[in-house]
Amino acid sequence: MNSKQKKLSLKVSEWLRSPGPDGDIVLSSRVRLARNLRDIPFPYLASDSQSAAVLEQVRSMIPALSAAHGPVRVYTMDELDSLERQVLVEKHLISPALANNQQHNSAVLLRDDEIISIMVNEEDHLRIQCLLPGLQLERALQLAEEYDDLLEAKLDYAFNERWGYLTVCPTNVGTGLRASVMMHLPALMLTKQASRILQAIAQVGLAVRGIYGEGSEIKGNLVQISNQITLGQSSEEIVRNLYGVAKQVVEQETQARQILLNEGRDRIADRVNRSLGTLRYARLISSEEAMQLLSDVRLGVDLGLIEEVDGSILKELLLLHRPAYLQYLTGRNLDSFERDRARAKLIRLRLAGKQLHEREE
Amino acid sequence: MLCENCKERQATVHLTKIINDEKYVQHLCEKCAREKGEFDFEFPSFSLQNLLSGLMNLDAQPAGQVMGFAAQKLQCDNCGLTYAQFGQLGRFGCSRCYDAFGERLVPLLRRIHGSTQHLGKIPRRAGGTLKLRRSIEELRQKLQEAVAREEFEQAAKLRDQIRELEEQAREGENNEQ
Repeated sequence: MNSKQKKLSLKVSEWLRSPGPDGDIVLSSRVRLARNLRDIPFPYLASDSQSAAVLEQVRSMIPALSAAHGPVRVYTMDELDSLERQVLVEKHLISPALANNQQHNSAVLLRDDEIISIMVNEEDHLRIQCLLPGLQLERALQLAEEYDDLLEAKLDYAFNERWGYLTVCPTNVGTGLRASVMMHLPALMLTKQASRILQAIAQVGLAVRGIYGEGSEIKGNLVQISNQITLGQSSEEIVRNLYGVAKQVVEQETQARQILLNEGRDRIADRVNRSLGTLRYARLISSEEAMQLLSDVRLGVDLGLIEEVDGSILKELLLLHRPAYLQYLTGRNLDSFERDRARAKLIRLRLAGKQLHEREE
Repeated sequence: MLCENCKERQATVHLTKIINDEKYVQHLCEKCAREKGEFDFEFPSFSLQNLLSGLMNLDAQPAGQVMGFAAQKLQCDNCGLTYAQFGQLGRFGCSRCYDAFGERLVPLLRRIHGSTQHLGKIPRRAGGTLKLRRSIEELRQKLQEAVAREEFEQAAKLRDQIRELEEQAREGENNEQ
């Protein structure tokens, strides 16, 4: 491909720009529906012509999908280079599994505002994802289902009465629904309450993990909570349960923040402002350090201890300082030292109110 | 020995490369080695698939061996996946595997989900007349309740609705054939 031309938009996704309901604690709500086509072998078993046919069928739906809520574009994994694929992973628009899969006619359909992404030939033939800012799971489900209905109008879905939507993995069968929320829980972490609460959540059939998918560590005080069970409950029920739990966690985090303010105002003010100072003046910063400091600053903004920074910038930065995005933004490959330098610069500029889109020379 | 790259951590990866008879030796820590892509760490990871096949093999107790053997021979006629392969992979091969493996799936899915009946969304086309039939069931339930409460006017209305839906369901089924 032509390395000078950027295929992907560097634009910040809608879910990163606006806060949404309970947006000080819940960064995003996500719903994904796993769907397959009847009788066609699942992607890992399908022949090249079979998976190509699946992609073709989905492609033919683009006009109908675009007519619904704005233009939808398709990117095949083999037309994107590894950096571009990684950018999509960092923006949470595709899964790492899809990014690593260039053989099976894998692709993603992206709506312009990046709220809807439809992965084709991932683990399942189709994975319809809706990603919204803040806590709005019901809305996310509703939107994902709209696209689901549009696709089902033409595509022959694999469904049976007993098992519901048939999926590759038996853990997804039934509704094929995985709903999740990404939450920022600095006060619960600081006050060492998080593990107690997160363990309790695990006992009600929900999974808790870091934000970069299965097995990832908790970084930047960000956790993801999602449903595990997909069979025997309706999608609405699953989403309502998760919403209920998320609301509880929001309440706990809010209380913990209040306690931090009441009992240790000076200490917390000192901590978050020191973190801001480091971010403002650092010349080299690792991803891990950046996430921790950004989390502190965000907490400072939420608590009213830092007034000169806009909270929304921090939400963007928490995700956009990631390695692939940095390299895509600067337009070249960077080694880890250069990335630390570029990251520090990006954060400095952004905290000073500059836009991200200007290319560095 | 410290890592040559970061000079912070112990070097635990010692690489020897021979290119055109020239020997290069590198001493790196795991982190730098991984970042450099010099060494692919392939730990035998414990995956979801392992876990699933573990769950499935719970069924193959010694006493159940005969049945277990029969089940191993089950095969999907559409994609060719056998039940034994499903046990190893923890993945179905195509949508028809669900029919091919039939009742054998019940214990596994119950263990995963605590349920063996889909209750959620029904797709408009692929669901066929299922949606109608579910509505009919619901109305029948209501009809019984109405009769029990001696609300006969309401019951009559419900009965008419049920007839209408049954008619639609019959038409739908004829169209499918």
